[in-house]
Amino acid sequence: MIQLAFLIGLTGYSLGILLPLLTRRCPTIQNISAHGAAFLGAMGGIGVGVGGLTAEVPYHVSIPSSLPLLTYSIRLDPLSSLFVLLISVCGAAVAVYALGYVREFYGRYSIGALGSLFNAFLLSMTLVVLADDGFFFLLAWELMSLVSYFLVVTEHDKADVRYAGFFYLIMTHVGTAFIFLTFLMFFQETGSFSFEAFRHSAQPMPEGLSTLVFLAALIGFGAKAGIVPLHVWLPYAHPAAPSHVSSLLSGVMIKTAIYGLVRVYFDFLGPPFPWWWGFVVLAVGAISALLGVMYALMEHDLKSLLAYHSVENIGIILLGIGAGMIFQSYGLASLAALGLLAGLYHTINHAVFKGLLFLGAGALLSQTHTRNMEEYGGLIRTMPWTAMFFLIGAVSISALPPSNGFVSEWLIFQSLFLSFQIPDLLMKIMLPIGASMLALTGVLALACFAKAFGISFLAMPRSSHARQAREVSLTMRTGMGVLAFVCVALGLAPMLVVPALDRITTPLTGASIAGDLLSRGGLSLTPVMGEEFASVSTPALGMVLAVIVPVALLGAVVLGGTLRKRYYKTWGCGLNLTPRMEYTATGFVQPVKRVFSTIYQPTVKLETEFLEESRYFAKQRHFEVRIEPVFQRYFYDPVVMFVSAAADRLRVIQAGSLHLYLTYIFITLILLLLMAG
Amino acid sequence: MMARNIALVVLQAVVLLAVSPFIVGLIRKVKARLQCRLGASVVQPYYDLRKLFRKDVVVSSNASWIFTATPYILFASTLTAGLLVPLFVSKVPLGFAGDIITVVYLLALGTFFLILAGLDAGSAFGGMGSSRVAIVASLTEPAMILSIFAVGLTAGSTNLSTIVHKTALLEGIVTDPPPHLMALAALFIVTLAETGRVPVDNPATHLELTMIHEAMVLEYSGRYLALIEWASALKLLLFLTLLSNVFAPWGIATEPDPLWMALGGAVWLVKVSGLAVFVGVIESMFAKLRLFRVTDLLGVAFILSLLALVFFYTLRG
Repeated sequence: MIQLAFLIGLTGYSLGILLPLLTRRCPTIQNISAHGAAFLGAMGGIGVGVGGLTAEVPYHVSIPSSLPLLTYSIRLDPLSSLFVLLISVCGAAVAVYALGYVREFYGRYSIGALGSLFNAFLLSMTLVVLADDGFFFLLAWELMSLVSYFLVVTEHDKADVRYAGFFYLIMTHVGTAFIFLTFLMFFQETGSFSFEAFRHSAQPMPEGLSTLVFLAALIGFGAKAGIVPLHVWLPYAHPAAPSHVSSLLSGVMIKTAIYGLVRVYFDFLGPPFPWWWGFVVLAVGAISALLGVMYALMEHDLKSLLAYHSVENIGIILLGIGAGMIFQSYGLASLAALGLLAGLYHTINHAVFKGLLFLGAGALLSQTHTRNMEEYGGLIRTMPWTAMFFLIGAVSISALPPSNGFVSEWLIFQSLFLSFQIPDLLMKIMLPIGASMLALTGVLALACFAKAFGISFLAMPRSSHARQAREVSLTMRTGMGVLAFVCVALGLAPMLVVPALDRITTPLTGASIAGDLLSRGGLSLTPVMGEEFASVSTPALGMVLAVIVPVALLGAVVLGGTLRKRYYKTWGCGLNLTPRMEYTATGFVQPVKRVFSTIYQPTVKLETEFLEESRYFAKQRHFEVRIEPVFQRYFYDPVVMFVSAAADRLRVIQAGSLHLYLTYIFITLILLLLMAG
Repeated sequence: MMARNIALVVLQAVVLLAVSPFIVGLIRKVKARLQCRLGASVVQPYYDLRKLFRKDVVVSSNASWIFTATPYILFASTLTAGLLVPLFVSKVPLGFAGDIITVVYLLALGTFFLILAGLDAGSAFGGMGSSRVAIVASLTEPAMILSIFAVGLTAGSTNLSTIVHKTALLEGIVTDPPPHLMALAALFIVTLAETGRVPVDNPATHLELTMIHEAMVLEYSGRYLALIEWASALKLLLFLTLLSNVFAPWGIATEPDPLWMALGGAVWLVKVSGLAVFVGVIESMFAKLRLFRVTDLLGVAFILSLLALVFFYTLRG
């Protein structure tokens, strides 16, 4: 069964890589063959994922290679299966969406290359989470990074896209270097690159080395996930890609880093961890969540806004995982399972709603040809379906009940609250502070998506582009609709998700909690301690809400008779209201900017040119607001300056003279011989 | 069992809906008396609601279905939140559906749609109100979650029914007054901010520079406005109930016995009325703060709840 699914997946993606390159000149055929094949491949992937999650023993295949140290070995345990499923579900929806979306690239960019790379991207991500060998993992990881780089620079004729791509390429390689270092340290300990050896190393790692592994993995995978302060590339690179690719980058690719972290920490290093590891992860998570959402609020480029929200949500995921690690340090296995499970639940949710939101942003972009929110407006009337799907995504990411985001954030809140069971006073106080950071993050996300939806879709169109927008094609709507449906299902049916996640966390933490977590026949969630302690039931909440709304409708009729509605223009203080009088996104977030000005360090510049006749009438005004890019200025710029200065110095040895180079080779040879001798 | 539970839920909904306008009227009456006015009768809000329900509705031609749906969503989410809070009996039948965090997020659901509705008509007033509500909500929520945690720790639960039940019976409660009082003070400040009361917002103003909540709902009329006003009253009652029943639940029925429940209901009504009078006094004694000074007040609430948490652990040793 799994073999068949594997075969379908592999065939689909391989066809998808080859076909578009073979069928020259006709973009429509290239488009259909590439994304049709990708859909087939993703269907195979869904089969693999479901099969792996339900299988009794992990499926394992290993093919030796001609290279030393490298074996092509894959292993499908529940953790891998979950991520395969995630990649495939999002991949399938995005493939359908792409059928319609890439049409606007016809004639401008090579559809063959785009489609082929799209398939390669999905395949490489799937391989990353399946790999069971360090070397093979790195190969797949590198492939994923390179392919995604090429996808990011699809619109390579634009300078800012090339810059974003270059920035991404550097950052991702810094990350890869650290991951390589992680695996090298394991290799040094175990003498093998196979994950099996990492997992069951003969003697426990010395503490110093395991600490190094912990930090290297955090930096390496963190650079891909976009944790603060390694997040700066993300808001450049993700928006620069075509929207359907952005959706996969933000929704799925950064999740492979979460996979890597869970794999290395819980599977390889294994508990018990020193207490401060979990604390570091928790702190990084809290800071990423808060700063991510704060910068997102100030962003008026819809896709950059969503990219910053990825930083935020990675932070929220790490809050759950960090809490799990802390509990594990104190031997509280079932609470550790709860934290990890909550983090993984949020991983799934974020993949789905962020994928959905990026597809929505792509739909807006394809109709209005701008990413600037201030030029949208009123789109709910011309694009009702897109608006509906975007609203579902916005409600989910804002964690409003009964959405899926709410379920996972609630679980994270509960695991942070359960810190009172930890015997250490510092942790008892730090975890609830983490919870309050999560609360602040949650409301700011709400404000941010109220802004994003309200400014983009409501009121009057703010530009001629927005006035001319039309609803997008059926394929694009289908892609979004599928993800919106999955979003709703994940929220209303936690009883289906929790047992699957429990199969992952049980071997990693040593405690099975699905039985404790689900009560009343799966209707409600109770975090480990029973219903007395806390419980939530999204199906019940949904039902109560669904009952009250019609009752209110009916009640209003009973109290006031049938509805008599009159349409009239909005009061504009005696003037005719124009779009220029509407509240802007900049205006909307002004109070936030002012309250948190220590973080934003805003600079405001107002230049006014007055009429010659009178100083009371302005001819024109120039207004500029800028947020200080703190991390770039104080963290990256010095590093970049240091590297360029060092490179300048080193240029001395590159004199361009052949004799000099021959001398270098000679000296190297002598040194090597001496060392060998 | 099932039928009794449904009956209890419906009863709670009816009681909440029936009592909430009275609380608003009571606060207005107290304010009027303190200003040496006679003031309208405490039942005036009921007349207002009836009047609004009977009036025609004017909808902006710029507005979308969000504008029309919001009053119903707000009303439903607020009432659902209200059904999770114990009023007259400590264990509410719907308690399994959500704990205190759920209550906070259900209220946020209503706020989210109200913010959208404020932007929908395209008027600058609505946008301004929405923007201000967003910042006030952002600052209150962390304080609220922390203060709830501090209270929840005492009962070892975030389930409202459990907190109230255990506190009412003094069952397994190891309590030190200082953290409890700090959390109470923090939650009281949160209440003033969340329900749009002086010194954070003035519910009686229609001056564009000062209004927050009123600006956001400026475009509403007729039955939509009635639903929004009723939901606001419900929210106020919900917070007052939280304050009274979480911190001093005594008198509440611990078993769903009709007589005890009637007594519990009477005690609850006295408690929330007392708190409403107190809110009225506070509103009369203080001036509204400038929007950017509200931060300080809410910062105090946050610090208080943080201290409550720290003291809870340190006092226990």
